[in-house]
Amino acid sequence: MSVTVPVRAPAGVTIPTRRRRWSLGTPFSYMAAVVIAGITLVPILYVVVSGFRTEAALNTTPVAWPHPWIFSNYTAILGSSAFWHYVGNSLFIAAVATGLSVGLGSLASFALARYTFKGREAFFGLFMVGLLFPAGVASLPLYLWLRKLGLLENLMGVALPEAAFSLPYTIFILRPFLRAVPGELEDAAVVDGASRFKFFRMVLVPLSRPALTTVAILAFIGSWNAYLLPLLVFNDPVHYTLPLGVASFQTTYSQNTAEILAFAALSMVPALAFFVLAERRIVGSLAGAVKG
Amino acid sequence: MTVTGSVTTGSPLDPATSTGRATLVRPVRRSRDLRKKLELVLLLGPALVLFAGFVLVPIGIAVQYSLYNWSGMTSLTDFIGLHNYREALDDPVFRGAILHNFLFAALSIIFQLPLTLGTALMLNRRLRFQRLFRVLTFAPYVLSEATTAVIWLLMLQPGGFVDVLMHDVGLGGVVQTWLANLHLVLYTLFVVITWKYIGFGIILFLAGLQGIPVELKEAAALDGASAAQSTRHVVLPLLGPTIRIWIFLAVIGSLQLFDLVWIMTEGGPANASTTMITYLIYNGFDSAEFGYGSAVAVILFVICFLFAILYQRFALRRDTAGALTSMVG
Repeated sequence: MSVTVPVRAPAGVTIPTRRRRWSLGTPFSYMAAVVIAGITLVPILYVVVSGFRTEAALNTTPVAWPHPWIFSNYTAILGSSAFWHYVGNSLFIAAVATGLSVGLGSLASFALARYTFKGREAFFGLFMVGLLFPAGVASLPLYLWLRKLGLLENLMGVALPEAAFSLPYTIFILRPFLRAVPGELEDAAVVDGASRFKFFRMVLVPLSRPALTTVAILAFIGSWNAYLLPLLVFNDPVHYTLPLGVASFQTTYSQNTAEILAFAALSMVPALAFFVLAERRIVGSLAGAVKG
Repeated sequence: MTVTGSVTTGSPLDPATSTGRATLVRPVRRSRDLRKKLELVLLLGPALVLFAGFVLVPIGIAVQYSLYNWSGMTSLTDFIGLHNYREALDDPVFRGAILHNFLFAALSIIFQLPLTLGTALMLNRRLRFQRLFRVLTFAPYVLSEATTAVIWLLMLQPGGFVDVLMHDVGLGGVVQTWLANLHLVLYTLFVVITWKYIGFGIILFLAGLQGIPVELKEAAALDGASAAQSTRHVVLPLLGPTIRIWIFLAVIGSLQLFDLVWIMTEGGPANASTTMITYLIYNGFDSAEFGYGSAVAVILFVICFLFAILYQRFALRRDTAGALTSMVG
């Protein structure tokens, strides 16, 4: 706290200090925190733990601690090629979508941020149209269009539209960032004989690494969790992504609750692991992205 | 990043062709202009081609298809004008679906917003394990809606986890068939949606709260304002932009609700939980009524677009001045 507090406070006025924040209301804050954390955590724990129980045990008592702990549900899923296939497909699609969105998006943001030309704001506005409606709305027309292009049952048929739909977000976040880099830096680069593209590559890209990470994370999570477009584009389970796989496993093996639980638990692992590793960045980026 | 050959397609959207410069320019300037134009084409072209090819074109063809009776097998011949639109808007199931989406949006603002904001205010102080709390509340947000749906489907089964838990805390009498009850299913889904997205809201508001200078609250306290007064008159107004963004995201999210509903109820029972997009997939895609489905898609597009534009114009204008408002519409 940088404010210098008057030496003696007038009577009856309490000056909030660090000490006070610890005392009043803090127990309630802890209570709120514990309740909220519990509500979010319990379902996740229930799924993970129940995956260690037998089908018979689950049927007699739906909620109980595993006794004994069995690993066959998990090993069955991990031993099936289908699961790894889904993971591989999801990974491929998310990687391509993220690469395209960040790669092409940063080039376009560079043009829209640091060139002056007629119609620049109109181009920016055109991209921003993409922020105004969710991808789900375009799903059916997109399916028809992909069918025409012959991209059904093709991983690129999902990756390309996902990249296209995340472009507006990439540009929306990157452009102000690239714009904020002082013009003096660009002048200096030009004086040193660098081309504009070299300036982009050697100066702007390293400087905007935080923003680039942000847009990459957003694009990756969006693609990794997508369900609707893959549902329409893929009929053949060979192409299924993880969300499609989870949902179809649940309908196909509806009698085998134990394995569904194990499958659901395993499908959470990549997202949660990624999240724990990149928590600061993800949280920061979402908050930052919205603050603009 | 290599620039792909797709640039050479010379789309009509290329900046180089659309600027239409005056012709008589001195040679030196012209070559510099040419170089700049080339750079712009190389930089903007690929992104524009991708964006136009997979975002704008599908919307365009939807408008075209929506005017035909078309099952996707034959060529487009059966032109029926606006008949598909009339049929959709006359269908009580579709109107119900629109209503459900707006009900979700209203429920979010009435229940989720105070809950999220209140929790964020509570958490906005120095707490031990704060990072842990943040991670825990935020975790459901990174799960896919598909996984979330499967988890809750299992937990909400009759006699499942939720029922057992309610019996254990003495609420056994309240137990219902959560997903099979016509009057309850929407609210059950709303609870699951809240579970998934509340962490995101909390993080958003915490970020907003941390942007409010401590000095302002101290000044309010010096002037004799109680904690409640300073929250009401200092903190909340300053949090305005964050709240408005949250509402925008919540409404857009409510309008595009699909994955969770589709996996948990498929819009049932008896269309009690149909949303606009489950209706679109069920009546356009699954039944191969592509002309009709396209009309429905265009209607959804218009609804989202109108909401977004109006909201930008009237609510967000101060916060994101120039980003969207001045360009679109």
